Formats: sequence, structure tokens, C-alpha cells
Amino acid sequence: MLKLKNKFSIERDISGCGLCGIINAKRVKITGSNIKKAISVEHDRGNGLGGGFAVYGNYRDYAELYAFHIMYDNLSAKSSVEEYLKNNFVIEKEETIPTSKTSKIIEHPYLHRYFMKPKSDRQDKLFHDLGDDDFVVQSVMLINENYDGAYVFSSGKNMGAFKGVGYPEDIADFYKLDEVEGYMWTAHNRFPTNTPGWWGGAHPFTLLDWSIVHNGEISSYGINKRYLEMYKYNLSLKTDTEVITYIFDLLIRKHGLSIELATLVLAAPFYQNIDKMDNEKKELLTALRQIYGSALLNGPFAIVFGYSGGMVAMNDRIKLRPLVAATMGDFTYVASEEAAIRAICPSPDLVWSPKAGEPVIVKFEELVPQKGRVIGL
Amino acid sequence: MITIDASGMHYKDLNKLIREGIGRGIKKFFLENVNGQYYIGDGIKGDDIVININGVPGNDLGVFMDGPTIVVNGNAQDNVGNTMNAGKILIKGDAGDVVGYGMRGGRIYILGNAGYRVGIHMKGYDEQLPVIIIGGKVGSFFAEYMAGGVIVLLGLNDTDDTCSDYFATGMHGGVIYLRKKIDFSKYSKEVDLYEADDKDTAFLKKYLLEYADNFNIAFEDIMDKSFYKIVPSSARPYAHLYTSA
Repeated sequence: MLKLKNKFSIERDISGCGLCGIINAKRVKITGSNIKKAISVEHDRGNGLGGGFAVYGNYRDYAELYAFHIMYDNLSAKSSVEEYLKNNFVIEKEETIPTSKTSKIIEHPYLHRYFMKPKSDRQDKLFHDLGDDDFVVQSVMLINENYDGAYVFSSGKNMGAFKGVGYPEDIADFYKLDEVEGYMWTAHNRFPTNTPGWWGGAHPFTLLDWSIVHNGEISSYGINKRYLEMYKYNLSLKTDTEVITYIFDLLIRKHGLSIELATLVLAAPFYQNIDKMDNEKKELLTALRQIYGSALLNGPFAIVFGYSGGMVAMNDRIKLRPLVAATMGDFTYVASEEAAIRAICPSPDLVWSPKAGEPVIVKFEELVPQKGRVIGL
Repeated sequence: MITIDASGMHYKDLNKLIREGIGRGIKKFFLENVNGQYYIGDGIKGDDIVININGVPGNDLGVFMDGPTIVVNGNAQDNVGNTMNAGKILIKGDAGDVVGYGMRGGRIYILGNAGYRVGIHMKGYDEQLPVIIIGGKVGSFFAEYMAGGVIVLLGLNDTDDTCSDYFATGMHGGVIYLRKKIDFSKYSKEVDLYEADDKDTAFLKKYLLEYADNFNIAFEDIMDKSFYKIVPSSARPYAHLYTSA
């Protein structure tokens, strides 16, 4: 098994990767068997060196707690990380992540999960007064950077990432996702291009509630990395996709940008197109490009971004990676190939290819109490 | 004639069945429940072979194909007719990105829309004349680096612009015909626009009659407008990119 904190040699390989996303705007839950079936149609887009899923709405009983998924190389890594966790968090529940012994995934790290919240009297309060989210981010960065053989791969509330080295359909069986229910799912089939296929390097990449699956290559990685490091993000996972997750965290959670504006930072319109816009829009987009030039993603990409409020799927600005979307009732599907969607939704109401840089944004319908009952808006 | 149920079948097995069938002298293939299988009709030969597809065929449909006809009764994915040499691909729905990449002969007729980079690096020589006809609209980078052949963009159903940015960028051979005049500011600086003349119309008529017949639409409805013709300004637009003239 590849060690989680190994020094990898960097090799190049030809590109592929496949992705899928399913969201029900009314938060109707479905099992992981659906997205497994969809992503398995894209089997040949990967090479067995990475598969993974993000699911939202799966931890209803612990919805207010941060659900940490951690992979360990060995038990001593586990005990040293757990010492940190016990000092800083109230752990309501912890257990081994359920896996299937009969699956095709034979070699794997120790996989453990913790449902917890930061202690109110934790030691770092002596130095600063971080909010819970900020403290969780700091803890994830700390563990991933400094604890050898340990890697936090999920840290959100009422959501979880399940990933590893293998084809995605095998990873789904390994984590028994047929038995897991959620109202939003994303999936990834990896064909590593510039960085090694290892357990931590499989997609999705998550931080708090943010999750990213990505097909492509972020050629702006260097400038994005240096920009994020100024805001104390540690980029330790040896893969370009990581920057997208942290950029979303920075823009939306820290800087308060809307999802719509954040997507305009990542895939900013070209200046030649901005020049043709009306004054108000021109001013806004010029300001975004000037302020967030270092957060712009260059290079080919298709991404599916999940967060507690919904899902975003988008392409790079000149559409160098495939992306198809479809709707059927309250469900929206996105995938690298139409066939993946048709495998689970043979006759969608609508099928389309989103334009370059134009995000598909689906938000959950807010449930509001009205006359003593809860209805959808 | 043979019917193949392709549900759950890997593309290698499906293509093997097609090749074996052709070897046994079968001329007509009906593929049912196709969903995402790549390379259907990869490199096959025979002008009298017809493959009828129900479902969504995967990427690189008809890649390197040399003679047969493929009919898709719905949508197709990316890279339709990649480096195709001869034959015909009919798509009754939409096609994905990169239709006819490096295509060097044959015809691709699409009733609906096509994605980005239609006809990129398409080429023609002597009697080799690849032709792509799109009924709907197309994405950006239409006819990028086009070196030969003919692309016809009809824009039958759309009131919006039928094409997008980077139109015919780097085009240095071949002809584009448009049924709708488009916003000239979107053209690349490397092409010139003309009104189609009688010779063009005669050429178009030959292909559009077949197109209308294949898709069962009225030929008169297609020809109800005068066409525009786009040709490259230069056969070597980048001849002096790195050197002085």
C-alpha cells in the first residue's frame, strides 16, 4: 500500500477522468446504488487508481456535528491524532467506517470516523478566538500536514466523502454505499495525470461542507497555491484539485461571496467579452478579475462542486473537458457523458451541454414552517 | 441482418460482434440499448454496411470509418466521425463536442445541435471531400484550423445566434455555408464572407436534398433563404508568425 505521507515521484500520463452528480432539490434521499450505476458507465475514463463519492444528508442523527473521516497508515498514527482530537474536540461518537470484506478493494488504510464538535475551553483559545468552522479547517490542515500517516478526507456536517484507490464502482461496494442514503451525490473516476494515485489523492476533495470532483488539469496551480498559502491553507495532497476546494472555502465562507460570484472568479469571462458588457456588469467583473486574479483557474477542467446549499457543475472557459446536464422532475444530473445519466434516467425532461464557463447551479428549495407544518417554497 | 442487444456490453465485445458480422457478410446491423459504448464502427469498411443505433453511442462513433453508414436515432456524444475517411453518419438528435475531428472524407449529417469545435482540423484533397451538415446551432471554435472540405450550418430551429466565439479561427482551407447571416464581429479576421452564387447553390442542393430526404424534412424549408459562404482569406494564415515576410 502507498504510504499516506510518501514522497512520490511525479510522472505524466494521458488524461481521462469521469464525473457525475445527482441532486434532488426537495431533499428526497436516494441510495448510492444510483450514482454507482451512473459512474460505472464511465469506467473506461479511469484506470483504477482512484474512485470516490461525496454524499450529503447521510448523517441525519449527527447533523449538528462535524463528521471527520480519517485514513491512517498505522495504529500509532491513529493514536497520536486521537490524542489531538481528544484534547480539542468533544467526540460524541467514533467508529470504524463500515466496509465490505468481500469487495475488490483488498489493500486499504485504517478508515475511521468521528462525530464531534470543538471544545469551548480548548487550548488554542489562549491565543485567538477562532470560530468552530475556522478551528476545524485549522485542525484538518494541521493533521494533514504534520501527522505522518494520517489524512482527514472529510470534515463536514451531515455529509461525507468515501474514496480510495480503485474503480469507483468497486469503491462504492467497498464502502457499502448501496446502503447509504443522501439527497445529493457526486462521484469521480480517476485517471491520474500529473500526480500519483493514492488513497488521499482520490476525489472528492472536501473541507467542511465543500466537496469537489474534477476532471482536467489546473495549470494555474502554482499561483493558486501561493495565493491560498497567504490565507494559511496548507496544500499537502500533491494534486491540483485541492486548490479548487480551498478557493471556494476562501471566497464563499471567508469573503462572503455568493456562489454565482465565486464561479465568476474561477472561470472569469475574458476581457474581450467583459468589454462588451453594460457598465455595471463590466465594473463588477473587472473588479473581480483584479481582486481575485490569483484565484482564477486556468487550464482544462470540468468540476462538480457540492455544498450544504446545493450543487454547481461547470467547465473551464473554452470547454476543454466534457459536461452534460439533465433534469427530471426535482432531480438534476450532471456527468462527463450523457450515457452515464441515461443509465439511471433513461428519458430526462431536458438534456443539454452547458456552455463553457457557464455554471449549472442547483440549490435546495428552502423548507419554511408555515401554519404549523413544513412545506417547500 | 442482425440485431444486437448492447445493454451492459463493453465496447470491445460490441465492436467484435460487428466486425465478425461484417466478416460473415452481414450488411445490416440493428444495435439496441446502446449506452455509452465507445468506438462503434471503428475503422470498418464496406459501402453497403448500415448500422442502426438505438440509444446513446459513446465517444468516437465511426472513428476511422471507411465506407459504411451509421444511423443514430437519438443523441450522440463527443468526437463523432473522428478521422473518418468515407461513409455517412446520420444523427437524429444532438451531437457532442469535436464533431468530425481531422475528418478526411464522407458525410456527417446532424439534425439537431452540435457542440464545440465542429470540424476542427478537417481536411480535403482531390476527390476526398468531407461534408458536415448541422441542422441546429453549434458552440465556439466552429471550423477551427479547418483545412478542407465543407461544413453547412443551417440554424433551422433557433432564433438565437447559430454559432459562438472563435468562429473559423485559423481556417485556411475548405468552405463554410451559412443559412443565416451571423454577427460579423464574431468572425475571425482570417475569413471572408460572400453571398452564395449559383455554383454554390448547385453544390448545396446535391447534399441538402439527401439531408432533407434522410431526415424526412422538406427541402424547400431548408432552401427558403439565400446562403452565405465563408472562405479563408489566406491558405497560410500563420506563414509569418515567427518570421518576417
